[in-house]
Amino acid sequence: MSLSVDLRHSQGSFTLDARFESAGTLTALFGRSGSGKTTLVNIVAGLIRPNRGRVVIGDQVLVDTERGLFLPAHRRRVGYVFQEGRLFPHLTVQQNLLYGRWFAPRAGRHGSLESVVDLLGIAALLERRPALLSGGEKQRVAIGRALLASPRLLLMDEPLAALDEGRKAEILPYIERLRDETRIPILYVSHAVGEVARLAQTVVLLNEGKVAAAGETAEIMGRLDLFPMTGRAEAGAVLESRIEGQEEAYGLTVLRAAGGVLRVPRIDLAVGTPVRIRIRARDVMLALEKPVGISALNILPATVTELRSGDGPIVDVRLDCGGDALLARVTRRSVEVLGLRPGLALYAVVKSVAFDRRSVAPGGEGGGDAGDV
Amino acid sequence: MDWLTLSPDEVTAIKLSLKVALWAMLASLPLGIAVAYLLARCDFWGKSLLNVLVHLPLILPPVVTGYILLLVFGRRGAVGEFLDQYFGIVFAFRWTGAALAGAVMGFPLMVRAMRLSIEAVDRRLEQAAGTLGANPAMVFLTVTLPLILPGVIAGMILSFAKAMGEFGATITFVSNIPGETQTLPTAIYVFTQVPGGDSGALRLTLVSVAISIAALLASEFLARRAASRIGLS
Repeated sequence: MSLSVDLRHSQGSFTLDARFESAGTLTALFGRSGSGKTTLVNIVAGLIRPNRGRVVIGDQVLVDTERGLFLPAHRRRVGYVFQEGRLFPHLTVQQNLLYGRWFAPRAGRHGSLESVVDLLGIAALLERRPALLSGGEKQRVAIGRALLASPRLLLMDEPLAALDEGRKAEILPYIERLRDETRIPILYVSHAVGEVARLAQTVVLLNEGKVAAAGETAEIMGRLDLFPMTGRAEAGAVLESRIEGQEEAYGLTVLRAAGGVLRVPRIDLAVGTPVRIRIRARDVMLALEKPVGISALNILPATVTELRSGDGPIVDVRLDCGGDALLARVTRRSVEVLGLRPGLALYAVVKSVAFDRRSVAPGGEGGGDAGDV
Repeated sequence: MDWLTLSPDEVTAIKLSLKVALWAMLASLPLGIAVAYLLARCDFWGKSLLNVLVHLPLILPPVVTGYILLLVFGRRGAVGEFLDQYFGIVFAFRWTGAALAGAVMGFPLMVRAMRLSIEAVDRRLEQAAGTLGANPAMVFLTVTLPLILPGVIAGMILSFAKAMGEFGATITFVSNIPGETQTLPTAIYVFTQVPGGDSGALRLTLVSVAISIAALLASEFLARRAASRIGLS
C-alpha cells in the first residue's frame, strides 16, 4: 500500500512544506527535533487539519483541502503509537489492547489478540493496569493496541525516545518483527540515525519543514551532502550482507557483503540469513597499501568516489566497495598526505560494525549493537 | 432515652428530605455534566455569562434565589404556567419545588467539582482513543467519563448535601407544609420557634449530622475506589 503526502501547513512561524510518496514497508521520517516530523504524522493521523494539501493511503483519500475533504481521525483507521504510550489508565492491559477492536469494521480486522500478544511478548501483562508497567512494557502494549485496531497504516512517533538504552534494545526486535511479519505499512518518526538505519526501508529526510531527500535507506545514509542533516557524528554507511559462516573457535561470524568478507562477534543466525550492517564513518580508516601486522580483521579494497570537507579539519570520504557505498572520516591533513582523490584505489580498515538482523526467524533473539572487531 | 424516639411527623420530614435531595441530585446530574464540560472545554460567545449564571445561587442571598424561583416557576410565573398547562408539572408549594430549589442551590457546587476534574483529564488520551476508531461520543463515554468519575461523585455528594441542608430558597419558594415541603432544616427551624421544641430540634439535628457524615464517608469511599480504578493511587 502506498502513502502519498503533499502538504503545506503553518503553525506560528513554522511552515511545513512537504511532499513525498512511499511504498515501503517501513518508511522513516527522519530529521532533527523541530523539523516538522510530529506535525506531519499528526496531519496524517487527522489530529491536525492542514492549511492545504492532500494525504492518500492506497486509494483512500484522508484529506484533500482542494476538494474540501477531511476524514476525521476516528474514521481513518490509522494506528498511532505515541512517544509516551498514552495507555488508558482506567483499563487493564487486555482492555487497552482490545479498545480499538470494538470500532474496527468486522471485515477489515486482521490479527487476533493471541497473535499480537505473542508477537509482542506481553502475555504476562494482560491483567495489569498501565500504572504498574515499565516504560518498555507500556510501549509494547501501545504498539499492540494500535495493531489490534486493524489499521491501514501504522504511525510511530519516536516510540523509543522516552526509553533508556536497555529498554530500546528490548523493543527494537519487536518493531522488526512487526515490519517483517505484518503487512501493515509503517511510518516511523525518529531523529536517531541508528534506529533509522536499522529499521527503515525508505527514508524521508525532513529539514526545517521541507523534504531534503527521500529514497532507499542505504542511498540516503551514504550521501555526504546530507551529513549536516542526518547528524555528522553518527553518520555511516548501511550495507546489506548475508551470513556466510561461523568461526566457532573464535566466536566470530563471517558476513558476505558486496565489497568482501567481514568478521563480527557471533550472530546466532543460520547461514544465508540476510543481515543489515551499518559502518560508521568514524570507524573506518584508510590505507594506500594493504596493511599487514594489524589487529583489525576487516580490510576491504575500495575506490574513492567523493570527498567533502565540512567545517574544521574533518573530511568525509565516500568509497565504492564492490558496488556498495562505504563512508570514512579522515582529517584534511590525511587527505593531503595520502593524496586522496576520486578514482584512487585503496583499502578501508573497518574497526567496528553495527549489525542487525534483516529478516527474522520466528522466536529468534534480537539483533545486536556495535561490535568492535 | 425516650427523648430520642422520633415522632411520625419527624420521620416524614426526614424521608421527605432524603427524597428531595436525591431527586435534586439526580435531576441536575446530566445538566451538571453537560455544563461542566461546556465550561471546561468549549469556547463560545457568552461563556462568562453562563459561568456567572451557574454561580449566581452561590452568591445571592438564598431568599432572593427562592423569590426568583417563585417568580419564574410559580403558578403565575412564565415557565411555571407553561409547565403546568402543557405538562401538568407543578413546582409551587410541592415537594418537586423543594427539589428544584435544592438542585438550583447545589448546581454551582456540582458543576465546579466536575469542571475541575474535566480540566484535569489528559486530552492526549482522548486523541489516542480517536485514532483507535472511537467517535467523539464514544470517546466521552469510554475515556473521559471514567476518568472524571471521582469528580462526578464529589459533585453529586456536594449537590445532595446542599439540597439536604437548603433552607432559605426552599422556604421562600415552597413554604413549609408538613408532609409536602417541610424538610429537615425547616422542621428544625419550626421546633426552635415553639416552646418545648428543644428535644425535637436536637433529635433532627443529630439525624442531620448523621446523614451528612454518611454522605461524606460514602463519597470518600466511592472516590477512592474510582481513583484506584484509574490507577491514580
